[in-house]
Amino acid sequence: MDARIVQELRAIVGPRGLITSAEELHTYECDALTNFRVMPLGVLLPESTEQVQSILRVCHRERIPFVARGSGTGLSGGALPVENGVVISLTRMNRILEIDLPNARVVAEPGVVNLDITGRVLGQEYFYAPDPSSQSVCSIGGNVAENSGGAHCLKYGFTTTHVLGLEVVLPDGTLVHLGAKALDAPGYDLAGVFVGSEGTLGIATKVILRIVKRPECVHTLLAAFPSTNEAGAAVSDIIAAGMLPAAIEMMDRLSIQAAEAAVHANYPDCGALLLVELDGPVAEVQYLMTQVNEICRNNSASEIRVAQSEVERALVWKGRKAAFAAMGRISPNYIVQDGVIPRTALPQVMSEIDRLSKEAGVRVANVFHAGDGNLHPLVLYDRRIDGQEAAAEALSYKILEICIAAGGSITGEHGVGEDKKLAMSKMFSEPDLATMQRVRCAFDPLQLSNPTKVFPTPRLCGEKPGKYVAHPLEAAGTAERF
Amino acid sequence: MDAGLSFRSVPGIAAFESSARAIVGPEHVHLASDISGSANTTNNSGGTDFSLCPWIRASDENTIPPKLQVEPANEQELARILKLADQSSLAVIPCGGGTKLAWGNPLQRADIILSTARLGAIVDYAWSDLTVTVEAGCTIKQLRDTLSQLGQRLALDPLWPSRATVGGVLSTNDSGVLRLRFGSLRDLIIGVTLALPDGTLGKSGGKVVKNVAGYDLPKLVTGALGTLGVITRATFRIHPMPKQSRTISCLARDVREAQRLVLVIQDSKLAHSALQIRLVQSMQPQIDVLFEATEAGLSAQIEQLKTILAPAAVTDPGPAVWDARQELYSAAEDKTSNSALAKISVLPTQIAEAYAALVTIAANRVHFQAVVEATGIGFVYFEATPAEIASVLQSLRAKLEAMGGSLMIAHRPSAMPALDAWGNPGDALPLMRAVKKQFDPKNTLNPGRFVGGI
Repeated sequence: MDARIVQELRAIVGPRGLITSAEELHTYECDALTNFRVMPLGVLLPESTEQVQSILRVCHRERIPFVARGSGTGLSGGALPVENGVVISLTRMNRILEIDLPNARVVAEPGVVNLDITGRVLGQEYFYAPDPSSQSVCSIGGNVAENSGGAHCLKYGFTTTHVLGLEVVLPDGTLVHLGAKALDAPGYDLAGVFVGSEGTLGIATKVILRIVKRPECVHTLLAAFPSTNEAGAAVSDIIAAGMLPAAIEMMDRLSIQAAEAAVHANYPDCGALLLVELDGPVAEVQYLMTQVNEICRNNSASEIRVAQSEVERALVWKGRKAAFAAMGRISPNYIVQDGVIPRTALPQVMSEIDRLSKEAGVRVANVFHAGDGNLHPLVLYDRRIDGQEAAAEALSYKILEICIAAGGSITGEHGVGEDKKLAMSKMFSEPDLATMQRVRCAFDPLQLSNPTKVFPTPRLCGEKPGKYVAHPLEAAGTAERF
Repeated sequence: MDAGLSFRSVPGIAAFESSARAIVGPEHVHLASDISGSANTTNNSGGTDFSLCPWIRASDENTIPPKLQVEPANEQELARILKLADQSSLAVIPCGGGTKLAWGNPLQRADIILSTARLGAIVDYAWSDLTVTVEAGCTIKQLRDTLSQLGQRLALDPLWPSRATVGGVLSTNDSGVLRLRFGSLRDLIIGVTLALPDGTLGKSGGKVVKNVAGYDLPKLVTGALGTLGVITRATFRIHPMPKQSRTISCLARDVREAQRLVLVIQDSKLAHSALQIRLVQSMQPQIDVLFEATEAGLSAQIEQLKTILAPAAVTDPGPAVWDARQELYSAAEDKTSNSALAKISVLPTQIAEAYAALVTIAANRVHFQAVVEATGIGFVYFEATPAEIASVLQSLRAKLEAMGGSLMIAHRPSAMPALDAWGNPGDALPLMRAVKKQFDPKNTLNPGRFVGGI
């Protein structure tokens, strides 16, 4: 970076706010998806909205691309630096600015850690609902960028459901307010489109969040099944009975074994585990839990435990929450996938994954958010064995193709980032992607904000899109070109 | 102004008409004057009531009647018609059941009504995955009837359900009282296909509830009043129908007490589905709470609620109280020359303050009636002379905006002095204009009807 620019940036953030030494920059060369690494030119650590604005004005003037970063826990390479770009780390903007309990709103800076929101309102029996597994370290700004989910979004919704408004610095340094504390502000729902845009539309500097009153009770049932088929059938029956549990999680044999080895959750030894959590008024939850219990038994559940106290619940969840990290116990390396399928396609998709896994000689452990069809297949491999990594990557990509073919999505909560941008062309046609990119052109015509992410090919704003590609409908002969 | 132009004098429209006939068939292209005549203003029999739209009545010198109505059979035809209009520089008004055509500002230009009347199919009802994909012209009632057969529902209660369509309800962001528990349209829509003025058919989102691939355009077009593209189909997350439902009501001493009770109920561990305050001038406010649960869950919750509301006596008025919003809208339509309806939004803790402002501003000049939901969204019906209504709306909006809220005028007397329908969209207006320019660079869709002249 030009010495003059370095000096200008240092004047904005102070000497402690700019990192340019190679050894310190290594910390920022990747996020939690460590197989992609790029060294940034520098890392900026602003402490205020004004500093973010000043930084982006410089970047805009000098055409320097930038990548915003929270805690760096993302699993899709969304916070991966870009060539000849800077990283803007928001970790120092970590204040909770306002807690408004009567209106159930919290205003937070982007660097606030997800779980700290709940920590501040728990005493008054409120909580912040989105609960990604990394919630004890991941930041609200990162959650906004990725539209993070978690086990309880089946009932409570995703980050976007809980973001009512945003203060955003646009890529040219302009400050805008999207949404508001009051609902249905006039105009386009730009907060709605900003959440989940993976840092490509600007940098959020304040977030207005909705918090939720804690339910009267929470009961968690753990049921052991012979295989994922019976467990899947139980999930279908629960949904068909008209229930909306707070969470339904499933683990297969391999992931149960890994979790046992890692955290001794005392899970039963079985082909599949189902974890069903119901919350709400006591009388309602007790009544429905009896039904869930019956449904599980009717689907060959061999062992059923119901946790009612916080201690018992924590134990039941312990193995599930540790499932990813536990893979280290049974495999030196693994790839986490994040595909989504319509839940009813589960048996068919599972047997397909099983077949491919055997064919490739690569083991796959399965952990899912079973209620909403979000699969987290963990493709296990050993980097030291020649060809295994490539085989695992190929299998992992094939799993995404299966999800798309089943009518699902390539990502349920981890985001597209760098990792899955090529798969976007499998899920969406060129006109679909071009339509989305119009939003990008409105927010960031110079494409400086986290460029090269999300979309397989950037669209040059103001220019005609490239070569014509047939819409899948057109290719299939069900639609004509006009 | 284009006012008073005769049909043939609009450049390009004759050529458009013959091309449109070739695309959709001659029987699906009508003169708009034929459809806005009295024979079709059949509010109750399912026709489109254009008589309520100040911009569409041909008799008024200051309004601009549209010239043609086109009814494509599918989304490909719709995209072709839209592209054709855009190329011919003709303004397009997307239209579903036509129940909310009067919403928004008067149009700067009006040439073609693009109707989704023939796009009414339920494309894919994946009941066991709790999703449904429907074409934009499907009415809420038709969708409800289909879902209820399998004990499910779209957890929404929009206005005029027998005529309002999925596309229209989305474009006008008309959710209803259930949003307190199930979220509003933005939280229920999971996928959308849009026709853009350049003929592109683009989709975003998908058919699964959990999906973060790409930008969330379903949210962008919800409430965009058809100014970015025409919604041709949408996919929704659906919910099981409740086993039982019960409404409990009580009178509050005054609005402050009503607000206090609403906040206490919101701060309790009750799992109610809706909560509203009905306010009739100089009468005691009425609070309504809707429970949806199993029989076992219901009785325990009702007992808890009674404790919260004590010493007030509670009644069980039945589900009709949840029509309060619809009744205000219907009243505004019945007394079209001297009534108005505004949607307001404030924080839940500001309900009493907003109401006090309304009472002060309206004084004795204006009759009003309101229903306010626990979310802080409210609907106010006004009855007075057009000039008085305009003055009250203006003052009330200024007060609400100063409080951080907003006021949208959904219905107004035809003779009311000009007053923006939306109010201040804030510092994001230039960005909104940039988004509009990307999607609709020639300003073909509903020109001038949305915020800030968009």
